[in-house]
Amino acid sequence: MHIYRVGQITSYIKGLFEADDVLQDLWLEGEVSNWRAYPSGHVYFTLKDAEAAINCVIWRTYVAGLEFRPCDGDGVLAHGYISVYEGRGTYQFYVDHLERAGAGLWALEFERLKRKLQAEGLLDGARKRPLPRFPRRLGVVTSPAGAAWRDICRVLSRRYPLVEVVLAPTKVQGEEAPVQIVNALQSLARCGDVDAIIVARGGGSAEDLWAFNDERVARAIAASPVPVITGVGHETDVTIADLVADLRAPTPSAAAEMAVPNSEELRESLSQAVVTMAAAIRATLANARARLERERAALHRASPLSWVNRERQRLDERVRALCMAMENDLELRRVRLQGLEGQLQPLSPQATLERGYALVQTAPARRVVRSVREAPPGQALTIRVADGQFPARAEEGPRGPQTV
Amino acid sequence: MPEEELTFEAGYAELERLVARLQQGGLSIEESMALFERGMALARRCAQQLDEAELRVRQLMADGQAREIEPET
Repeated sequence: MHIYRVGQITSYIKGLFEADDVLQDLWLEGEVSNWRAYPSGHVYFTLKDAEAAINCVIWRTYVAGLEFRPCDGDGVLAHGYISVYEGRGTYQFYVDHLERAGAGLWALEFERLKRKLQAEGLLDGARKRPLPRFPRRLGVVTSPAGAAWRDICRVLSRRYPLVEVVLAPTKVQGEEAPVQIVNALQSLARCGDVDAIIVARGGGSAEDLWAFNDERVARAIAASPVPVITGVGHETDVTIADLVADLRAPTPSAAAEMAVPNSEELRESLSQAVVTMAAAIRATLANARARLERERAALHRASPLSWVNRERQRLDERVRALCMAMENDLELRRVRLQGLEGQLQPLSPQATLERGYALVQTAPARRVVRSVREAPPGQALTIRVADGQFPARAEEGPRGPQTV
Repeated sequence: MPEEELTFEAGYAELERLVARLQQGGLSIEESMALFERGMALARRCAQQLDEAELRVRQLMADGQAREIEPET
């Protein structure tokens, strides 16, 4: 027996590969998966079919000559040789040429399922439900161990910590993943009391994401009573789950962003609301003040005080008019009186007295004496002549009618 | 309902309606002032809810119960 060192035996194995004609010049058909272009320019990927997978590398010099860049899931025909990478003890396919092959099995399966669900109307835009504006509770279907879960928590607590999160833990890759994802969706619907559900998984190869192309998962998403947002893989990965979901986000973080409002914007709009309300109330008050001012002016015009002033003035005017009318009237009468006096003058007893007649009156009664009987002897008399009067007394003596 | 008892969603929605009503105008001063005061209280309440919120995370267990867990941040 001989004890070998690892390097020795690896070298030996490598020799076996390189001595084999089949392995040194071969065409291999399979589906590309996990295509990774490194900054060095070399490309690493996996070629697989239903039974097996093989690691592949294309050196930079060959990469430059490729006619196309395959995507994960593309079926290709690759040419090259197989040898051993001693550092890791693995064998790999050193590819120097790529051709498109008929679509790979996975791509075929994807298309088949997509067409089937499409025919049932599950991919219709009209089925997509709007997300709640302010979700109270969000369900998250993902692996608690994954980066997706951390990303989602980080985004939610930064962006809208008011939301409550209910994690429905599940495997997100492997054989059991589809059934677990379906169960997680169903139990959230049953007892999560959530307003929306995020189904998420971080980036990975097409194989890693395959659970999200499972028909059972697609149907569970379609059957969810609340809107479902998918955030599976990277920007470029589109799965059947994405197509069925109410909203497809390019990544788990983006799914969390889309699921909730931004509290910074909410704060902003709260301050805006305060400003708007303050402006509205200022306008209302200014308006009321202007109305009050108008009313006050009107009231002032209508007040009893101004009525009194107005009436006082009108009264003054009337008094003045009355005085004027009075004066006019007096003047008129004075004039008329003077006229009458003129006419009266010739009729006055004075004129008669001037002519030498005397007026005899009893004294002290001053009754005009018209008859001798009114002046019996001894009767005191007053005799008026033109320039005055003097007392007298009736004498004894003959009396009788006499004409002058 | 007193603003302390409103959910953020209800408070925010009421605030939006109220701002629109105030902007529309045609209210008595008493109504305007009442709406304004209510609106200010709602805005304060909503902002306070945002300020004080901390992400609560629960995990759904096999028996359908939800257990509080620490958020992964």
